[in-house]
Amino acid sequence: MNLVLAPLAVTGAAVLGLLAAVGRGALFAVAVLSHLVRPPFYLREFAAALMTIGYLSLPVVGLTALFTGGALALQIYAGGARFNAAAVVPSIVAIGMVRELGPVLGGLMVAARVASSIAAELGTMKVTEQIDALVTLSTHPLKYLAVPRVAAATLAVPVLVAVGDAIGIFGGYLVGTGRLGFDPATYLRNTVEFLEVWDVGSGLVKGAAFGFIVALMGAWFGMTSGRGAQGVGAATKAAVVTASVLILAANYVLTELFFSA
Amino acid sequence: MIALADVHRAFGANRVLRGVTLAVGKGESLVVIGGSGSGKSVLLKCILGLVPPDRGQIALDGQDVTRLPRDAFLARFGMLFQGGALFDSLRVWENVAFRLLRGPGRRPREEARAQALARLARVGLGPATADLYPAELSGGMQKRVGLARAIAADPEVIFFDEPTAGLDPIMAGVINALIRRIVVEMGATAITITHDMTSVRAIADRVAMLHDGVIRWEGPVAALDAADDPCLQQFIHGRAEGPIAALR
Repeated sequence: MNLVLAPLAVTGAAVLGLLAAVGRGALFAVAVLSHLVRPPFYLREFAAALMTIGYLSLPVVGLTALFTGGALALQIYAGGARFNAAAVVPSIVAIGMVRELGPVLGGLMVAARVASSIAAELGTMKVTEQIDALVTLSTHPLKYLAVPRVAAATLAVPVLVAVGDAIGIFGGYLVGTGRLGFDPATYLRNTVEFLEVWDVGSGLVKGAAFGFIVALMGAWFGMTSGRGAQGVGAATKAAVVTASVLILAANYVLTELFFSA
Repeated sequence: MIALADVHRAFGANRVLRGVTLAVGKGESLVVIGGSGSGKSVLLKCILGLVPPDRGQIALDGQDVTRLPRDAFLARFGMLFQGGALFDSLRVWENVAFRLLRGPGRRPREEARAQALARLARVGLGPATADLYPAELSGGMQKRVGLARAIAADPEVIFFDEPTAGLDPIMAGVINALIRRIVVEMGATAITITHDMTSVRAIADRVAMLHDGVIRWEGPVAALDAADDPCLQQFIHGRAEGPIAALR
């Protein structure tokens, strides 16, 4: 009997634990959203987060986009050549970057850089009682620590995605004209001609959603971090992994929403 | 001023507080002693609402603290945390003036800075310290900054959590003297938790011993040595042998 029930009990406990964690995370997200529109607003903290999350992420997002755009041009050229469609390189690079690769890779790079740093910072603050100190100073920790970061990431990541899109397309242009023999003027014309406003817009909406996810996960795992260095390390790892998986899942849902026939 | 009645708090199977009943009068300096892990910090956090008690009642001036407006309640308290709990990303003066830079009592930055410098001077730190970050300070200086932050808004009640932990005996003496002087000057009610008996004798008007989740002994500091409680005697003399197990 126990041999049958024991695995079921373990599975049940794991599922219940997962559901409880999802529920707590969802409540945290709702609390952050509700505080986004209620004063007081910590503008100094928001500006600092905007700088850390947005401006300082530019190099990593830009380099990722540059190499991805170049590699994409090579891949499409090699694949397209099999059925005499090599000429589509400029338009496919542009559409691929702005719709998919720009937001997803940008989101993942920001997740690696930002979710980890938010989780580690807030986790350390929790372990060293700085979050308790905030409460004793009549300051709501969620409002002071999580809300400015979530707001900044939600606004900054679409901008990063837009810059990444441009750099990625430029990477494709460099490879297309320098390596694959495309005429520069034709390459640019084809890029612009086949790109629609919604291609870019959908990528930016994805960027906003991914920014929200990244900062939310960083703040959630940081503020609920366990004790000691091990607790902070585990929180940081969980923040990056969860943010990355949620970005990929949200990407599918949003793509389905935006582009399903 | 502060009264705890039958306060219980457990973390899982670990029943840390098992019915604490304790009262602190206005302007009194109470020191709570007890072994590591005896629940002293939890006791302070229960009063502040950082850790809600499982049951029991905590009252401030006769009013249940859970019914008081949260911000107004917290505005009456200041707290010095064990590790200082200074905000790493803020300069020393911004830590001290934290309340003055945010929230309903917000002041212009220059005015807040001037008030922070005055508080820093009160704990013996000069203006040169004000623009440093906490990581640039020694342990003793961090405690002083934490103390300056705790008294920045002239609180009626100040909590000190292990104020001399990690300090050398001379710096511990300096901090003890500062705490005593500030509490007397401000006329504040103080609760200090410590297991440093030198601090107890320097700071306390009255002493309470927390053991096995309850207040085991309480009385004036002058009665400490003459008390016949074996747990208390073992604790204040630091004996390995006695009713309190060395390994807990």
